[in-house]
Amino acid sequence: METLLDALREALRLLIDLDPALVEIIGMTLRVTGSALLLAVLLGLPIGAALGLRERIPAAGCLMPIIYTGMALPPVVAGLFVYLILSNQGPLGGLDWLFTARAMVVSQTIIALPLVIGLTLTALRGLDPGIKLQVRSLGATRLQLATALLLEARLGVLAAIIAAFGGIVSEVGAVMLVGGNIEGQTRVLTTAIVLETRRGNFALALALGIILLLLAFLTNWLFHKLSDG
Amino acid sequence: MPPIYQLQHAQKAYDGRVVLDIDALAIGRGEVLALVGPSGSGKSTLLRLLNFLEPPTAGALTFDGRAVGDDLPLSERRRVTAVFQRPALLRRSVAANIGYGLGLRGEKLPPEELAAWLERLGLTHLARQSALRLSAGEAQRVAMARALVVRPDVLLLDEPTANLDPYNVGLIERLVAEEQRALGMTVVWVTHDIFQARRVADRVAFLLAGRLVEVADAETFFTAPATAQAAAFARGELVY
Ligand SMILES: Nc1ncnc2c1ncn2[C@@H]1O[C@H](COP(=O)(O)OP(=O)(O)OP(=O)(O)O)[C@@H](O)[C@H]1O
Ligand SMILES: [Mg+2]
Repeated sequence: METLLDALREALRLLIDLDPALVEIIGMTLRVTGSALLLAVLLGLPIGAALGLRERIPAAGCLMPIIYTGMALPPVVAGLFVYLILSNQGPLGGLDWLFTARAMVVSQTIIALPLVIGLTLTALRGLDPGIKLQVRSLGATRLQLATALLLEARLGVLAAIIAAFGGIVSEVGAVMLVGGNIEGQTRVLTTAIVLETRRGNFALALALGIILLLLAFLTNWLFHKLSDG
Repeated sequence: MPPIYQLQHAQKAYDGRVVLDIDALAIGRGEVLALVGPSGSGKSTLLRLLNFLEPPTAGALTFDGRAVGDDLPLSERRRVTAVFQRPALLRRSVAANIGYGLGLRGEKLPPEELAAWLERLGLTHLARQSALRLSAGEAQRVAMARALVVRPDVLLLDEPTANLDPYNVGLIERLVAEEQRALGMTVVWVTHDIFQARRVADRVAFLLAGRLVEVADAETFFTAPATAQAAAFARGELVY
């Protein structure tokens, strides 16, 4: 109990003082997760839209289970794939990306992509079919129709992006595997918490945990604020 | 001038089942045609063809002398708008919904025109509100305005007043009549309500199981129908 309270007090001090180690880790986390999220959205949104706007999803019986499996993919398995591909013996070993931030971005993108595709697609599929008919009957071109439907589904699309962010920012296994948890280079919030806890640096671990919680709260708050307006 | 629409042996089939089979129908410019018939008789299907949302699976449909197909120019498609039973408003403000069709055409509804529409439909106090929070009657008035501000040559109505109270029904019937006179537009109005058909229509087309059983001017249809089925329908005896 004593240690917990001490750790909490010390954690708050680290947060208030903007401890350089802390700031470094937060910066790395936002860079890695931000890049992965951007890539996942740039790739996933058009794919999800292209699928969701079709009358019928091509090969739906096969494609949908693949997407759903991707959404539920244990992140550590994604990490394992990336590890094998980027390792010395792997097909992309020549890139020398293993144990760099790039490898972490790759694996987080792979984790986020099915979430963005699947949830965007679901949001578009969930729209009232009457809307599509009505927009077409008002004289929309195909592009105008797609834009209108994406705008109608914007909350679902936003939820997709937020869910993807939440999924990858709090993920440990994959980044640990492919990033290697190297201080000052590939250390993000989650892996740093693991490491500092093991080292007995409970204050720093707790401070990082608080940041992670705040990020989770912020994304959810943002989502609810947007869905009200 | 030729009729605005012409159908010749036009058919629509879904999965091989023919649900609409029209030997011949001409819809004249500036007329109000009521489309009546029991549920499932193909009224909405015919309207979707006239709306270019689906092509006929056989036969010919022409719009203003042009064959209707995938290559119908956008400018022609945009001469027709439609309002359905459910208003299908967009997740935007009332004002944005009313101007939406013009926006698609790269135009903007001038503020004073918007104000006039809002005033006319009793929606002024709701202009900035989200269209998704309107009552059924308010929502349908917005949908009507959205279809009318583009000044269409043809207005297609698929039971737009089916869910509404008499006040809103009257308002919409008056609105359509006024705009129809002002723009000289053609109106094809699907309705379940034979009294409404009698109030609004110049001519009545009666569909039964996908076929046109009778097309006659409204007076004749309701007072001296040529077919026994139409007579039964006009008396309200045909079960839906
Ligand atoms: N997309 C579709 N796929 C398969 N069948 C369809 C489709 N649309 C309509 N049908 C069938 O076509 C027939 C005519 O339907 P339609 O909706 O045109 O009738 P309606 O006269 O408008 O009926 P209601 O008065 O109930 O609205 C029905 O038997 C319906 O099941
Ligand atoms: Mg119908």
